[in-house]
Amino acid sequence: MQYETVIGLETHAQFHTRSKMFCGCKTDFGAPPNTQTCPVCQGLPGTLPVVNRYAVELGLRAALALRCHIAPVTQFDRKNYFYPDLPKNYQVSQNYHNLGVDGRLEIEVDGQAREVGIWNVHLEEDAGKLEHPEDTGANYTAIDLNRAGTPLLEIVSAPDMRSAGEANAYMNELAAILRHLDISDCKMQEGSLRFEAGISVRPVGGEKFGNRVEVKNLNSMSAVVKAIEHERERQVAVLESGGTVPSQTMLWDVQREVTEPMRSKEEAKDYRYFPEPDLVPIEISPEWLDQVREQMSELPAARRKRFIAELDLPPYDAGVIVEQKPIADYFEQTVEQGVEPKTAANWIMGEVMRVLNERLCEIDDLPVSPPMLAELIGLVTDDRISNSVGKTVFGEMCSSGKKAGEIVEEKGLAQISDSGELEAVVKQVLADNPDAVADLESGKQQAKGFLIGQIMRATRGKANPKLAGELIDRLTGD
Amino acid sequence: MPDLIELSAGDLHRKLVAGDVTARQIVEHFLDRIEQIDGRIGAFNTVTAEAALDKAADIDARLDKGETVGPLAGVPIALKDNLCTRGVPTTCSSKILEHFVPPYDATVVERLDLADAVLLGKTNLDEFAMGSTTESSAFAPSANPWDLSRVPGGSSGGSAAAVAADLAPLALGSDTGGSIRQPASFCGVTGLKPTYGRVSRYGLIAYASSLDQIGTFSRDPRDAALLLEVIAGHDPRDSTSAREPVPDYATELEKEVAGMKIGLPREYLAEGIALDVEAAVRAAADAYQGLGAEVVDISLPHTEYAVATYYIIGTAEASSNLARFDGIHYGRRADGKMNVDELYSRSRSEGLGDEVKRRIMLGTFALSAGYYDAYYLKALKVRRLIKKDFDDALAGVDCILAPVAPTVAYKQGEMIDDPLSLYLADIYTSATNLAGLPAIAFNAGTGEGGLPIGVQLMGRPFEESGLLRLAHAFRQATDHHLARPNLTED
Amino acid sequence: MTRITTDTVEQVADLSKLILSDEELAGFQEQLDKIIGYFEVLNSLDTTGVEPLAHPLDLRNVFRQDTVEDSASRKDALANAPDKTDEAYKVPVVIESS
Repeated sequence: MQYETVIGLETHAQFHTRSKMFCGCKTDFGAPPNTQTCPVCQGLPGTLPVVNRYAVELGLRAALALRCHIAPVTQFDRKNYFYPDLPKNYQVSQNYHNLGVDGRLEIEVDGQAREVGIWNVHLEEDAGKLEHPEDTGANYTAIDLNRAGTPLLEIVSAPDMRSAGEANAYMNELAAILRHLDISDCKMQEGSLRFEAGISVRPVGGEKFGNRVEVKNLNSMSAVVKAIEHERERQVAVLESGGTVPSQTMLWDVQREVTEPMRSKEEAKDYRYFPEPDLVPIEISPEWLDQVREQMSELPAARRKRFIAELDLPPYDAGVIVEQKPIADYFEQTVEQGVEPKTAANWIMGEVMRVLNERLCEIDDLPVSPPMLAELIGLVTDDRISNSVGKTVFGEMCSSGKKAGEIVEEKGLAQISDSGELEAVVKQVLADNPDAVADLESGKQQAKGFLIGQIMRATRGKANPKLAGELIDRLTGD
Repeated sequence: MPDLIELSAGDLHRKLVAGDVTARQIVEHFLDRIEQIDGRIGAFNTVTAEAALDKAADIDARLDKGETVGPLAGVPIALKDNLCTRGVPTTCSSKILEHFVPPYDATVVERLDLADAVLLGKTNLDEFAMGSTTESSAFAPSANPWDLSRVPGGSSGGSAAAVAADLAPLALGSDTGGSIRQPASFCGVTGLKPTYGRVSRYGLIAYASSLDQIGTFSRDPRDAALLLEVIAGHDPRDSTSAREPVPDYATELEKEVAGMKIGLPREYLAEGIALDVEAAVRAAADAYQGLGAEVVDISLPHTEYAVATYYIIGTAEASSNLARFDGIHYGRRADGKMNVDELYSRSRSEGLGDEVKRRIMLGTFALSAGYYDAYYLKALKVRRLIKKDFDDALAGVDCILAPVAPTVAYKQGEMIDDPLSLYLADIYTSATNLAGLPAIAFNAGTGEGGLPIGVQLMGRPFEESGLLRLAHAFRQATDHHLARPNLTED
Repeated sequence: MTRITTDTVEQVADLSKLILSDEELAGFQEQLDKIIGYFEVLNSLDTTGVEPLAHPLDLRNVFRQDTVEDSASRKDALANAPDKTDEAYKVPVVIESS
């Protein structure tokens, strides 16, 4: 029998705010434990929450970008459950009047456009973190409340995805949107973007969904993809052997790449949601929504289309460049300096991204600004320096922060395009390599490549290769 | 030195500023009186003698230097032990918070300090403000100064008893379903429950967030006005705090009451009310007519649903508000080796009393799957109808005159095994909280056993001024306030 | 009429993280049954078309700006903790992370 996988994703993204959802504590990642808390986010008795307006606006950006219906009046609810990382033993979240409902996200898989429904987009507060001491003999769990109260956006998709590939496209597109609109920095390694997958399988053409397995502890997009593939196989095997897949919550084991049922007591979940009485409703006026719209930059899908249509970028390049807003911005600023778009894209996808990966840094940390890159590319396209020297100069610019022209000048890297100056070098190389000259004269064209290589070597890459070729032709009396 | 016992908070402050008495003398006087008398009353959980004397010394020093002092300078005040005080234990009269020392002050505590009031200590209450006798305190019940075998009412019983026994001229309490007005009535003092949102709740350990409101205990309405003016006003830390301006209550209080219109709700004077209480309410109505006010019959048709509505909403919110008391981040933790789940259950089971458990379970039930619509949501709908009753009535009258409790103070132990009967006795007070209205309770005579009987006036939102004015006029025109509890040793 | 059985009380106690002895269970069952039975007085009231009222004041849109304020010191944060390390609250081993 043929089976299809049915996937829905719950996404939690930490908002890119300075302070927490309901208090003024910082939201910085990696601070020493319990140094970014106050009586409010510690859940001390008597304290009260006050909503961070900017978090609501970022939530509205997301709801608008995902084409949701925006609630005219939204409000917070309490989700009641006991867990040691939740100091109040309830999470302030939304249930009855979500910020946005019934949205959709367009994704592209294998060149085919598809829409994934968005059930709702809502605001909530993050929980603290439980740390299990490295010391295996330690018989306790430590609680760090730094993260408690960090503003969170939850995006609940409809079970509209049918393959790991679609889920992957959904996650990437969602992350691109969240980054583009400066809603979240989406750093999965820091936990600012997290996923939970609801996965079931059913015979192809079946109308009813199979029993849903919820998979948690998915700390990267690749983990989501692997967990979906694993669950598909596991569930199909259960069905094939005549069994039924129980509805349950599983944890992804990163090391072993398998899902494991949660060992803790699976309580009958009864969250007893009710309106948070310490907060008042939020009315979203059309004027406020207009203001939020004005603050929103172009969405990644529109930007990709524009790059393809107006700048003539290949779709692949547009996809890579638009994935991260700072890179797309950097690209556009480089093009604004007069650089031919495809050339700019090649440099950015090649040298710039290589350096970012090597240094594990963000493009904003790079000392090379778009005008500086444009100057460098100009030197190459004007044949003032060779492409390979250009790469060396770029590396130098990244370390020293100096401009390309300065480096070329200082190190005497300007290309030798003067035939008189180069002729001496070419003559010397021909004299030193009689065998290659003989090969060339007998018609072996690859010998010419070898000779040009030797010329480049002798000039430390400064020779204009085209001119060198012409000189070889002339001097070997071809 | 004048006899400080006879002086109101306002007079104490004036004598201090005039140089007739020092802050230290005032504070020592009240500390001595607590020392002598509170053994019999049990009004205080904690007495902050040292800090009080330090504050007094600071005020005296500033006065010596000719510096200005705050409007409550030198006036001692007692705080219900569910108001957070930095560095001073705040227990809610619960075992689970017995050793809890907040690292922050409630907004009202900050405002009192800025006004140079002197904190005398923290007063006893029904555990987590759940109750109306102060008998559910995990430590010890408080006694009614008028008759030590009787309860002072609750939940702010300690604060009411402290003012009635002259252990403090002022006190703060909290009122969720009558917890200021009923003990004020039982103890013969003035208790003011302001409009919801009038006074910041920041630092009040919540029982039911949409009903709780901090209010005042004083001997008379004039002192209530003085204290309210200090604690009222918008607080950015409380999202439910109103931005309404704070009037000059002391001036408003002196205005004329002739021509004001008072409604007498027929549903509040129906079956279930003790004869002496009904008589006191009718006598108060007569007194107001004598003062030139008009008294008319009105109807609050949904009165009979108030208690059920109040207990569903109140306990639902409480079940969530009290979930944080789990022995993990603060508070009492059960001893022994156990897993986290046992740690929660054992810490809570050992640390919380029966009445609190009862209300947590009631509220959990009302919110749980399958019952939410029938109980919690239904109660929210009835709450709207109850509020509409008041809106309609108060469109035609300036305020509503009503009993506070069906009877005078109970004997200790009398109601302890009958929670439902105790709940039903909140019939006249709980609707006010559901509607968020201000109300003031004050002594209007004595009844059975010579015990005080209070009446209350309820008004439109943020119109505390009118209530204070009417309560003040009543006191000027009658001599009920001359009766005092006798606390001389036998 | 909803009858509150000992099963219901046990479920509710479990959700509330309360342990009840047999004697307590019986006592609470009787009281809760009586009280919840009384709550049903509301059922005699037709509330069709009535909007729920969760809050007495008609307040809307109360916010704070996204500005950072000082956090508490770690010492203050942990001051009331019944069990702690130098830097964190301590609890018995929690098996699963969420």
